[in-house]
Amino acid sequence: MLAIEILGLEKTYNVGFWGKTPKHALRPLHLNVEEGEIFGFLGPNGAGKTTTLKLLMGLVFPTSGTARILGMELDDPRMKAQIGFLPEQPYFYDYLTARELLEYYAQLSGVAAKERSRKADEVLAKVGLPNVAGLQLRKFSKGMLQRVGIAQAILHDPKLLFFDEPMSGLDPLGRRDVRDLMEQLKHEGKTVFFSTHILPDAEALCDRVAVIHDGELKGVGAVADLTSGVRGKVEIIWSGRIIPPAFKGLGADCHVTGDTVRAIVSEECQDAALDALRNAHLRLISLSPVRNSLEAYYVSKLQPGKAAAEVRP
Amino acid sequence: MKAAPMSRVFPIALNTFREAVRDRVLYNLVAFAVLMSGAAILVGQISVGIEKLVVINLGLTAVSLFGVVISIFIGIGLVSKEIDKRTLYTLLSRPVRRWEFVVGKFLGLVGTLVLNTFFMAIGVFGALLYVAHHFAKPDAWVLVALYFIILQFVIVTGLALLFSSFSSPLMSAVFAFSLFIVGAFAEDLRGFARMTKGITRWIATGAAYLVPNFSALNVITPVAHGQPVSGQLILYNTAYALIYATMTICGAVLIFERRNLK
Amino acid sequence: MKRSQITMVAGSLLVLCLAASVLTLHRLDELRSHATLEEVLYVSSPQALKRISLGYSGLLADIYWTRAVQYFGSKHVQGAEDYKLLAPLLEITTTLDPKLLVAYEFGSNFLTAKPPQGAGMPDEAVALVKQGIRSNPNEWHLYYDLGFIYYLDLKDYRNAADAFARGSRLPDAHPFLKLMAALAAQKGGEAQMARMLWTTTFETTTNKDIKANAAAHLRALQVDDDVTNLEALQARYRDKTGHFAASFSELESAGMLRGSPRDPLGAPYKLAAEGKVEVTDPDDLPFIEKGLSIGYIPPPKPKILPVD
Repeated sequence: MLAIEILGLEKTYNVGFWGKTPKHALRPLHLNVEEGEIFGFLGPNGAGKTTTLKLLMGLVFPTSGTARILGMELDDPRMKAQIGFLPEQPYFYDYLTARELLEYYAQLSGVAAKERSRKADEVLAKVGLPNVAGLQLRKFSKGMLQRVGIAQAILHDPKLLFFDEPMSGLDPLGRRDVRDLMEQLKHEGKTVFFSTHILPDAEALCDRVAVIHDGELKGVGAVADLTSGVRGKVEIIWSGRIIPPAFKGLGADCHVTGDTVRAIVSEECQDAALDALRNAHLRLISLSPVRNSLEAYYVSKLQPGKAAAEVRP
Repeated sequence: MKAAPMSRVFPIALNTFREAVRDRVLYNLVAFAVLMSGAAILVGQISVGIEKLVVINLGLTAVSLFGVVISIFIGIGLVSKEIDKRTLYTLLSRPVRRWEFVVGKFLGLVGTLVLNTFFMAIGVFGALLYVAHHFAKPDAWVLVALYFIILQFVIVTGLALLFSSFSSPLMSAVFAFSLFIVGAFAEDLRGFARMTKGITRWIATGAAYLVPNFSALNVITPVAHGQPVSGQLILYNTAYALIYATMTICGAVLIFERRNLK
Repeated sequence: MKRSQITMVAGSLLVLCLAASVLTLHRLDELRSHATLEEVLYVSSPQALKRISLGYSGLLADIYWTRAVQYFGSKHVQGAEDYKLLAPLLEITTTLDPKLLVAYEFGSNFLTAKPPQGAGMPDEAVALVKQGIRSNPNEWHLYYDLGFIYYLDLKDYRNAADAFARGSRLPDAHPFLKLMAALAAQKGGEAQMARMLWTTTFETTTNKDIKANAAAHLRALQVDDDVTNLEALQARYRDKTGHFAASFSELESAGMLRGSPRDPLGAPYKLAAEGKVEVTDPDDLPFIEKGLSIGYIPPPKPKILPVD
């Protein structure tokens, strides 16, 4: 069964004073997310990521099209009991303590009364907020609120999670925690659908990604496929500022940055290049194959014309 | 996994109540207590033979106005505040129906107002005891007047909620206050409508019947004079308030069910 | 339950509640037919009410004025014997808005008349109009109203003459006022004076109830005149022929009358025994003193007076 099945979901807002100018927040979108995968929904700010998530959560209603989540209609409460949602920059009832909020939400999600308190403590520990359960949310920092947001999403042990920009507002440590948590969710067999504009996060986490821009789907693919293509080139980095003359003959592309030199040569010339370095008594730092990056894919999808020129060979 | 809607409506109501309490709404009771004790001491001093009259009139009017102000100012934010602060997102992504949210919010605020009125009623009777030294039988009618005041809050809260479901808080407050004033003259409006002719009559009659009828719910003056309130009036006022509030909630649900939460 | 079902349920419930609320309001209005009005009995003083109206006394005056008119109208239709709230309602109205001239005029017409045509409280009417004069010393109409009450209802000719005379000295005063002052001073010409008073009221008022009332009075004066004249004809006919005429055509053939006479509403007069003349339907002609059959009892509920 598909975790998410989006069938031509479309949202058009009428803007302008008379509401006559249509603004296409989302062009008809077709997208499937398999059960058990981490799916990244990529795109710049304002691309339509949040609109898609709001449509799926039933917060806004589609102009046309439909979608099914876990095989159920979008307004089916049984489905809602099995999903968790972290909105972008979440905000909560600031007069409640973290535990009160989670117990309230657990109640609304149908968690049995005797389990609520235990569940709340459990997820707070999981998101790294074990000692602030009794603190009012108005005293929480932005990063802490983000963690509470994740806690409330996983609170009722849902099968499918929707995260809108889960890393925003977090420090590097926090981002690593969230990445680890998402990995863990995947291990537990859950499906995670998350939007982001931070590509390294997506590259590190996702099984598959979709790129959306201006409300339009630009491409979908498995991250492994997109990044595995070795292009027959290697990157060599050594210390010093000297480029041995032999490199000229190898057709290398060299850049000097600080005390290191970075050169890209074709695979066939790899040995010749290493010999040249050895002869010049230069210290090798690294040698690695050049892979396609998700960034290159992303850029190529966003700006098809410009992409070829900008992506390094 | 098919729990009754009330298992979600009540937690929402309870949370609304909790919010009101933590946002220090009940602090109005302090102002009320100061007003009541001040009035009791003052009229007790000047003693012109109408101490009870003044205490009942002033007390019940204050209960009514304090409550109406609270129900409007909280009522207009019930829905719009949750949209603006986006607290609704994490709520509606749970198995909570939008109508359950609306009904829960309504019940929560009405519950808050009932509790508030209960404390105020203690204040009124306390002041009454202070000036009259004992209770008389007609004082029981004050309870009926208080009950009618609560019915009034039920209607005002429904209206505020209705406006809150589609309009900005400021406009909602303006609408709700205007209807509160106009509704106090609802009987006159129906009288005006009867005096007009032709198409105007249809429109005027329609409008006059749509406006909330607060005139029948205001029995402060007769009660202050120790006049009884008929059982029929209690019955029909109760029916009317519940019917009207249901109407406003249905309207709010119809609007809110369709609303895009941008 | 799907969203469309929720819409259906909420929509039906809304319509149902709307209908139920109208029914409940009907019942409430029946239960409290005069409750709002009777609250005026608890108003300790109109001045206090004015103070608590927070400066919006004009609007409140309009509301009380409408209440007064409605109160009178509904009571009048029922043929009420007492109008105890009319005086306080008008007093509150004019205290809230002392420039609301129509309220004084209304009071002078309907507070004075005897039930069921009015409240039968001429003293309250005098007090109301005097209060109006204090607030509006340059309105000749109020002096006219005052003189009217003194002359027709209280038969106090001296005060009536005084009121008319004071009114006649005001700029824009109706020219009739001078004449009225003179007539009232002579205590004479009652029929002529009454006609002049009601005509002036009819011509100068803007209130339709007052106008209808004046028209009815003018019709009644006309009937009284007609009946007097026709009965005089019968007497002359008997002097000539020795017996009363049996029909108007007999009077016509004797050359004493042209056509069969009709009352101001167009109904024919009837010849009765003993040379009496009667109106066809006395219920349509309140206030008439002549032309009534013996033992006539006015209807308990006066008919709605047509406006000419």
